[in-house]
Amino acid sequence: MNKTVNQKAWFFVLPVLVLVAFNAIVPLMTVVNYSVQETFGDNVFFWAGLSWFKDVLRSSRFHDAMGRQLFFTFTILAIEVPLGVIIALAMPRKGIWVSVCLVLMAMPLLIPWNVVGAMWNIFGLPEIGLLGKMLNELGIDYNYTRQPGDAWFTLIMMDVWHWTSLVVLLAYAGLVSIPDAYYQAAKIDGASSWSIFRYIQLPKMKRVLTIAILLRFMDSFNIYTEPSVLTGGGPGNSTTLLSIDLVKIALGQFDLGPAAAMSLIYFLVILLMSWIFYTVMTRNEEQ
Amino acid sequence: MRRASWLIPTLYILFLMLPIYWLVSMSFKTTNEILGTFTLWPQKFTLDNYRVIFTDPTWYMGYVNSIIYVSINTVLSVVVALPAAYAFSRYRFLGDKHLFFWLLTNRMAPAAVFALPFFQLYQAIGIFDTHLAVALAHTLFNIPLAVWILEGFMSGVPKQLDETAYVDGYSFPAFFVKIFIPTIAAGIGVAAFFCFMFSWVELLLAKTLTAVAAKPIAATMTKTASSSGYELGLLAAAGTLTIIPGAIVIYFVRNYIAKGFALGRV
Repeated sequence: MNKTVNQKAWFFVLPVLVLVAFNAIVPLMTVVNYSVQETFGDNVFFWAGLSWFKDVLRSSRFHDAMGRQLFFTFTILAIEVPLGVIIALAMPRKGIWVSVCLVLMAMPLLIPWNVVGAMWNIFGLPEIGLLGKMLNELGIDYNYTRQPGDAWFTLIMMDVWHWTSLVVLLAYAGLVSIPDAYYQAAKIDGASSWSIFRYIQLPKMKRVLTIAILLRFMDSFNIYTEPSVLTGGGPGNSTTLLSIDLVKIALGQFDLGPAAAMSLIYFLVILLMSWIFYTVMTRNEEQ
Repeated sequence: MRRASWLIPTLYILFLMLPIYWLVSMSFKTTNEILGTFTLWPQKFTLDNYRVIFTDPTWYMGYVNSIIYVSINTVLSVVVALPAAYAFSRYRFLGDKHLFFWLLTNRMAPAAVFALPFFQLYQAIGIFDTHLAVALAHTLFNIPLAVWILEGFMSGVPKQLDETAYVDGYSFPAFFVKIFIPTIAAGIGVAAFFCFMFSWVELLLAKTLTAVAAKPIAATMTKTASSSGYELGLLAAAGTLTIIPGAIVIYFVRNYIAKGFALGRV
């Protein structure tokens, strides 16, 4: 659509700007403030310069948490995106089953995050949980509160359970927007189902899939409530993701300076990655 | 391959329902049964867990509080997002692209980063522990989302609609309320659905910004989990009840979900 230049449009944007700025800028500046100061309590602060940033960037604790975070994010993306596409391709296109599928699949998305964590916590317990009991009956030594590998398995299963539906819904929306004529043309040409997928369905899903990846990337990087209820970051530190570590430092130990510096580094990483996604996405739209 | 394709969604839905089933079935069991024996369905069916929740105000007020702040947030986010989305979809103005990206960055802000500063900010302006505080805090990620979705829907409406209305003598406000808003009603529904969803499921900020008067149900649950030991049945019942509002909302918007994703650019 060709847009007209109109500077008065700023007035339309003003309410949004005021509300979001109030919520975003004041807290962000507070964090920036903490990140360059040292305190010994009683609201007495000293200038600390960039020392917190240096400490955080050098600390192995931060490196480990970042490593676990990246592993988590890329593992769930590698599972959820292909799985979501496969399910969307297999879903019915017409009839009442569409509504049934959509309603049931959307359910995990609307469950409060702490309930998701609590649900999987109970579900996986080796003595009384369905999953834990079943795995142990099958002869697998499974205990997610003691063994780091099992904790990771449960954590990833939980996220796949929770968010794959988002990818399914987006991919499905992309698929139903393909006109029937495309498929008829492909049929006349005698195209295989693989080439239909490769040359018709995948290009049509490109935009929605970029959005799915962007949303899943941002949200999985920010994940806090579900793992903290499920494992609390344990056993040991084995599932301590970035935001869990951050809350431990900020609210547990009240080390505001390092926590603030870590917050900013963390936020910048998300911002940078999302900016890359965003520019790639908008460039595709312009083509 | 086509014949067997119903198998994939069926298996997936089965996988989705198993943990939910386990939660619901546990909510009908007695504590003794949960901890003592492993049973696939409740042997001694009991409604005691639900009775506790519906008679104890600390429990049921949690639901009321959550619903109040979620509603305030949804209305507030959609109302302020409407004119902004219109501006983004119809006009070019100084810094529009930067502003749009800046709005999106707030969708990326980790709640864990902002929890403490938010607490201090809302304490300072004196609305700590009110429904308004949580509703305002959640606008941080819901307004950008609502603008994003609505902008997608509005860009799908041809500009001729606006021009015809002006020719017919409508003023801008009259056009916006009487013609434009009904045209994008589906988009407003989808945006409201997503605002409801993200405000309903968020816990960290909601918990940080409340103490007693506006405490959300999720916070009541976490407190019970740690203070009264291992009352799993009660916890399961509370969890089951949190699924219901979401399920009702999905049922009403089921025909718009797929459409919303396609038109809006979520």
